[in-house]
Amino acid sequence: MSNTLTPAANQGGKLLLEVEHLTMRFGGLTALNDLSLAVPAGKITSIIGPNGAGKTTFFNCLTGFYKPTTGNVRMHHPQYGPLLLNQMPSYHVARKAGVVRTFQNIRLFPNMTVLENLIVAQHNALQRASRFSIAGLFGQAGYKSAREAALAKALMWLTRLKLLDIADTAAGNLSYGTQRRIEIARALCVDPLLLCLDEPAAGLNPRESAELNELLLYLSREHNKGVLLIEHDMNVVMRVSDHICVLNFGNKIAEGNPAQIQNDPDVIKAYLGEDETDQEAA
Amino acid sequence: MTAFIPDHSGPGMTARLKDATGVAVVSLFLGIPMIALHTVDVGGVLAVATRWPWLIAFAVTMFTGRLVLQFALDHLKINKARRERARPAVRATRPWLKWTGYAVLGFSIVLPIMCSGNRYVVDTATTVMIYVMLGWGLNVVVGLAGLLDLGYVAFYAVGAYTYGLLSTHFGWGFWETLPVAGALAAGFGILLGWPTLRLRGDYLAIVTLGFGEIVRLILVNWTDFSGGPNGIGSIPRPTFFGLPFAPAGDGPTFASFFGIEYAPEHRVIFLYYVILVLALLTNLFIARLRKLPVGIAWEAVREDEVACKALGMNVTNIKLSAFAIGAMLGGFAGVFFAARQGFISPESFVFSESATILAIVVLGGMGSQLGVVVAAILLVLLPELGRDFSEYRMLMFGAAMILIMVWRPGGLIASRAPTVRLHKEAQP
Ligand SMILES: Nc1ncnc2c1ncn2[C@@H]1O[C@H](COP(=O)(O)OP(=O)(O)OP(=O)(O)O)[C@@H](O)[C@H]1O
Ligand SMILES: [Mg+2]
Repeated sequence: MSNTLTPAANQGGKLLLEVEHLTMRFGGLTALNDLSLAVPAGKITSIIGPNGAGKTTFFNCLTGFYKPTTGNVRMHHPQYGPLLLNQMPSYHVARKAGVVRTFQNIRLFPNMTVLENLIVAQHNALQRASRFSIAGLFGQAGYKSAREAALAKALMWLTRLKLLDIADTAAGNLSYGTQRRIEIARALCVDPLLLCLDEPAAGLNPRESAELNELLLYLSREHNKGVLLIEHDMNVVMRVSDHICVLNFGNKIAEGNPAQIQNDPDVIKAYLGEDETDQEAA
Repeated sequence: MTAFIPDHSGPGMTARLKDATGVAVVSLFLGIPMIALHTVDVGGVLAVATRWPWLIAFAVTMFTGRLVLQFALDHLKINKARRERARPAVRATRPWLKWTGYAVLGFSIVLPIMCSGNRYVVDTATTVMIYVMLGWGLNVVVGLAGLLDLGYVAFYAVGAYTYGLLSTHFGWGFWETLPVAGALAAGFGILLGWPTLRLRGDYLAIVTLGFGEIVRLILVNWTDFSGGPNGIGSIPRPTFFGLPFAPAGDGPTFASFFGIEYAPEHRVIFLYYVILVLALLTNLFIARLRKLPVGIAWEAVREDEVACKALGMNVTNIKLSAFAIGAMLGGFAGVFFAARQGFISPESFVFSESATILAIVVLGGMGSQLGVVVAAILLVLLPELGRDFSEYRMLMFGAAMILIMVWRPGGLIASRAPTVRLHKEAQP
């Protein structure tokens, strides 16, 4: 399987993503204001903050769906060196830079089976192996082995995420928690260096949420993946995060490890709410 | 969220009564000039007479009719929702579908032998096959990739005119022209798709609609090139590997070579088999492509474009490939059309032709190969059968379409077979 760790990437904590002075404005609204952040490989970095703080907007800037107003997002790719994500078309971010995201409102291919969802994720590798369909049409060996490999990878993640027995069911027919797991499995099939998860625990029951914790730790520790996590569920955030960044109204108001964040007065204020005068002073 | 099925229990009784009363009031007003007042001949002078009871009867009929219709529709919907809730969307490949496919194939092979004396039947069957082929081509674009193309007939025209021009000016034969015309049509597809496929749904539909019209207008107006409205005539008919279908003359003909009596039906039957082979090749080609990465990607783009981008797929190129392959198949069908008719003019490539092909795809069930066949048979035969009722023909056609869409909104065959399976054994 191609998921083995490369020696260079094995030194956990190596800088993966560097966000520099990122600002995103929609007309008069500043959704992100001068955000800087460093995301290492093999660690879990969480982004938290109240509703409308700009967390999803940050992911959209990262993955090429929005073009940031100013600032840079730099990915330190072990093979290609530094890449400016904010200058790439969105599909290049996943294909070349290895940054793959999930969506807050799950985006599966609902009429396709779970297995097909995972095969689609390996499109680029398969398409190359099929020589843009020519070799595939005639069933050549190179394509066949690539297809076997794709199935094997899908199978590995299906097994790991306990999706094996529903592999042939249409993805849209499954429960919310299962769909979230499928979306993560699908993202993993792209072989990301950095996995960006937008509220993966939303709608999960406590047992599912505990399994998610375990999975996130497994991915970062065993597969050395950088994980960028947006999450409201503090049970998940405080247990798994190595580093937390708190956003409020587009501004970074605090940064640190879980213990530091839990005791930060600004964070407590932002979460418990504050009255108008305080907000203006801030 | 996506698995949520709306509850079709329908509106309450008051809402239904209100709705029916509304209909009754409208029919009362409309009925005054149409029913209540009528002219009678009183001793050679026209006089206006009234018939209020008729009007009342009319309004009451409309009232009850509306109520019954509402009940029937809601009932249908509830049943449908219930059935859908009871079964998963992806089932094991249903064996009867497969057997129906083989039965249709067998029938299409023996048809001309059974009806060799009846030229009309074979001719109509050939027309059906052309539409099947066009339907399969457009199905790649609309059914698989989910791109609404309202100008598909333009690619059909490109194919037809390529053969018309190459054969009359340069003496190209049918089989040599086929790949060239396919490539040319695909080229046109890319040319149109490149700038426009970035557009979303409705805009793409409008641009393709415009493209179809532009191609037709060029054909009408560029007289030196295309013969204008008069079109291109005396296009050579395909030969049987060099043997023409002609009465015995100088040189060998099909009849003389095989030592049989010349009959004009030979060519008709031969043409039928040519399009049958072309269509079958098309079907195999698409069935194969659907399981390849590009085919799976088409469906993924149809399902969720944003998710595709997030997975690193170049959505524009994927759409472009669907467009080009659909166009190429349309081009092939066009070459056959020109060869069969022996005469082409812009009249054959009007918008209604695009609409018919699209109707075949939608009616058949988006993405279903067998569905396209059934729909093509329906859409070609219905107007043919309706010839006896000439003026009601289009009305019948429209009514049939509406009925089918009410009865099966997903098309005649709406099930989708997965391209890969993990558990090989069929699951109930
Ligand atoms: N495309 C857009 N156009 C205009 N405003 C936008 C756009 N996308 C986001 N916003 C605004 O930016 C702000 C931040 O939104 P964002 O979705 O990033 O919040 P969030 O932190 O993800 O919130 P939640 O926790 O509810 O998901 C909101 O005020 C939102 O209305
Ligand atoms: Mg959000």
